[in-house]
Amino acid sequence: MDDLKEEIRIGVYVCHCGTNIAGIIDVKEVSRTAAGLPGVVISRDYKYMCSYPGQAIIQEDIKEYKLTRLIVAACSPLMHEETFRNAAAKGGLNPFSFQMVNIREHGAWVNDDKEAVTMKANDLIRAAVYRIVCHKPFQRTRVDIQPSVLVVGGGIAGIQAALTIANAGKKVFLVEREPTIGGHMAKFDKTFPTLDCAACILTPKMTSVKAHPNITLWAYSEVRKVEGFVGNYKVQVGRKPRYIHEDLCVGCLKCIDSCVYEKPQFPKEFDLGLSKRKPVYIPFPQAVPQIPVIDPETCNKIKFGKCKQLCMEACNERKAIDFDQKEKIEEIEVGAIIIATGFKIFDPKRLPCYGYGIYQNIYTSIEVERLLNASGPTGGKVVLQNGKKPETVGIIHCVGSRDVLNTNSWCSRVCCLYSLKLAHLLKEHTEAKIYNFYIDIRAPGKNMEEFYNRVSKEGIHFIRGRAASVTLDDSDENMSGVVIQAEDTLIGKTLKVPVDMVVLSVGMEPQPDAKEVGRMFSIPCAENSFFLEQHPKLAPVSTMTEGIFLAGCCQGPKDIPDTVAQAGAAASEALSLIDNGYKELEPYTAYIEEDECAGCKTCIPLCPYSAISLHEEKKKAIIQETLCRGCGVCVSACPSGSIKQKLFEDREIFCEINGVLERQ
Amino acid sequence: MGKEKPKIAFYWCASCGGCDESFLDLAEDILDLVEKIDIVFWPVALDYKRKDLEALPDQSILMTMINGSLRTSEQEEMALLLRRKSKILIAYGTCAHLGGIPSLANQFEREKILEYLYKSAPSVVNKENVLPKIQYDEKGHKVTLPEFRNVVRSLDQVVDVDYYLPGCSPPPKLLKKAFSLLLSQELPSKGSVLAPDIALCYECPRIESKPKDLSIAEFKRLHHTQPAPEKCFLAQGIACIGPATRGGCEARCIQGNMPCTGCFGPTSRVRDQGAKILSALASSVKAKSEEDIDRALSGIPDPVGSFYRYGLAKSLLRVKRIESNNSVESKNNGVEK
Repeated sequence: MDDLKEEIRIGVYVCHCGTNIAGIIDVKEVSRTAAGLPGVVISRDYKYMCSYPGQAIIQEDIKEYKLTRLIVAACSPLMHEETFRNAAAKGGLNPFSFQMVNIREHGAWVNDDKEAVTMKANDLIRAAVYRIVCHKPFQRTRVDIQPSVLVVGGGIAGIQAALTIANAGKKVFLVEREPTIGGHMAKFDKTFPTLDCAACILTPKMTSVKAHPNITLWAYSEVRKVEGFVGNYKVQVGRKPRYIHEDLCVGCLKCIDSCVYEKPQFPKEFDLGLSKRKPVYIPFPQAVPQIPVIDPETCNKIKFGKCKQLCMEACNERKAIDFDQKEKIEEIEVGAIIIATGFKIFDPKRLPCYGYGIYQNIYTSIEVERLLNASGPTGGKVVLQNGKKPETVGIIHCVGSRDVLNTNSWCSRVCCLYSLKLAHLLKEHTEAKIYNFYIDIRAPGKNMEEFYNRVSKEGIHFIRGRAASVTLDDSDENMSGVVIQAEDTLIGKTLKVPVDMVVLSVGMEPQPDAKEVGRMFSIPCAENSFFLEQHPKLAPVSTMTEGIFLAGCCQGPKDIPDTVAQAGAAASEALSLIDNGYKELEPYTAYIEEDECAGCKTCIPLCPYSAISLHEEKKKAIIQETLCRGCGVCVSACPSGSIKQKLFEDREIFCEINGVLERQ
Repeated sequence: MGKEKPKIAFYWCASCGGCDESFLDLAEDILDLVEKIDIVFWPVALDYKRKDLEALPDQSILMTMINGSLRTSEQEEMALLLRRKSKILIAYGTCAHLGGIPSLANQFEREKILEYLYKSAPSVVNKENVLPKIQYDEKGHKVTLPEFRNVVRSLDQVVDVDYYLPGCSPPPKLLKKAFSLLLSQELPSKGSVLAPDIALCYECPRIESKPKDLSIAEFKRLHHTQPAPEKCFLAQGIACIGPATRGGCEARCIQGNMPCTGCFGPTSRVRDQGAKILSALASSVKAKSEEDIDRALSGIPDPVGSFYRYGLAKSLLRVKRIESNNSVESKNNGVEK
């Protein structure tokens, strides 16, 4: 009955968007047609509705024509819905008496038939005119935001983001899956193009993380469950058993010395199996936290229940060792989440033509980083399996990158430059003859081309061509050398280059569990399984889920400077969100008419935000409005039609459908 | 003679007879009722002819209850006639309310139905291929039959309806309540369904046993399983339409250990009962992979019959597409010529 009392006076505004829309849609015609629709008192077209003068026209018309409803036919509401809601509010209308019609992305950009797309624009505007009559005024409500951030992943991206936020005085929870933070960067020897020692620039940051009063560091932990919404995420973190209590251990490492295994026997993960460790170990000397971990797969006590447990004796009255330790679930509430889960290194066994795992002396680039490193398996000496220094080394670029047919389509962005770095370092360590087999040398970025020039002047050989194969060198008496076959595309000849050692410049891939992680955090993956940013240019660290941001290589391959920059950006986005203290909620939430609900419980498990619960006495479902994000799942599933959604009432949708279908 | 008693009429269209019989379910209460009313037309029970009805002045019947859905021209004529003669017209029972089980025929073209029933059904012998005709000359005598329309319709798709009494058939409690309501001066608003506007789960004795998360892995067909006597049917993987069905029947099927099949139709807030229950059940299916989904669906071999059992005529699906109907029609005509 209220609807009848209210006079409906609609203004329709058709945007040219320069030639984006007007280039194909007859905007004058569309505006004329709109003027004839019921309730429309003014209809105009204008070059840029979103511009200041465009908005001013709307505001003046609201006063002059006493408009009660506003429709703008322009681009996607993602772009400018907020702009025009504000314009409506400035003109004195309720911002939700406005409806946006997308005739650009849904019209002009996806059609080439002028007449048809003009008709479609008419249909869409008619739908909006019919729908907007049902609109009711709404006010936005506010919810408080938890002033804390969860950072998932303790590589350089996570470390940088955590430190930035913690330095701003906000609480950070840093969760890392491995026993130590540091990620891939901790394994590198030097970093390009400056040849800084990776550990020298990384470990101070790792130590700061541990020491920072605002950072709670949970290494050897994984996120198990995420609930809630922007500003109020409820997260469960599983702290995997180290079998050593972090709060009791002082990091003396005596347990490692005293282990019944006198010599390390098991492949050391940190050195990619090139060296050995004991069942109780720390990944590397500067590991943070400086607390050993016991591997249940190799520890005699845990695996077989039988051991002298000399480590227990060594630990003595500290009693830090606990073979019965179980995973402990910590529950936290945070306002924002930064995903910095990193990447996986391409496994070259997928390309048997390069002989990795078949022939001796074929290494991945990350293995060579360890070989070069003073704390690595060889103490920094690069030697062949026979103990001699290599005399010739072949570096094969783009292994697992830029190979649409066999592996991955993308360029991993770092391999060219780290290959140059490794070439330089190998030359420095061994004085070997070094051949780079490359497709192109891609060296964009500050000081990168200069680095390439520098290395190429050091007597490194460059052969332009993707290596075809690595085979055993028959001519080599010891049968230890291999031959790299490649076409040198600059001279158009096939070359066979005998070498002692091959370095495979492996690319970056998404983490194998990226999709599951994405599901847990409700963030989509792109086609290639790297996480999808909200907008590649304008929202590069945001995700489709509000309050969840991306940093580092989980979003796509990038080098350390870019990763650090992106982590800073993600941190600042998270800060600007939580520092505000509150968040305004959109009004299009779902609601239940209590008398109508039959208590069938269909809706309860469906809500992705856990906003619906059963009132135990009334036996009816209730929706907690602040948790509702307006996704509409419960509305469509409610079998008795007792859940409705503001701005998406059945009546509004049916009016809209009728409008679309009512072409004359 | 005291004050004249209000005139009441009953009529049946495409109906099984259960609705007419349901008046008798009033048992001894029917005696009270007959005291208060004057039944002027009830073909199934009393010998009145159409001409008797035509002779009555317009609007002279207080209330007419029509059961059954409408497919023939005769049913339409009777509905129009009764509408004219009555102050209040009530769609009585599911078929008049929503189209009912007969409207499942709307999945098939009229010609296909006639073809099957008069020619190809295994029990039919019809060597001369005789099909029903609306007119036939037998030795100079004109014999007529009502026309068989293209689709089955609910009562309100043919005439203006004042109230609906849902159910297949409507339970005596609701019928009694409707009589006392309509014979009083306090009429409900026009178009009301004379039953509670809340889904069946609310009055279901098994609601406590319905878990919050159904996670249905497979649907069991009734004849493949022995339903537990006290557990929610959906929790047992048996499709129950109760969540999408208006209550008021006091869960009589469930009391008899049978799931709700939806005869009361949707609540006033739902436009399409079948789509709603489908949406709710699909949301409650555990399956994630295509194979699991197929396995779950294999327990519902006839989705239209399961979810639109009573309401196809009034649903958004309504009827098989007219275009294909026409093309078949023209093709058949060609053959006959």
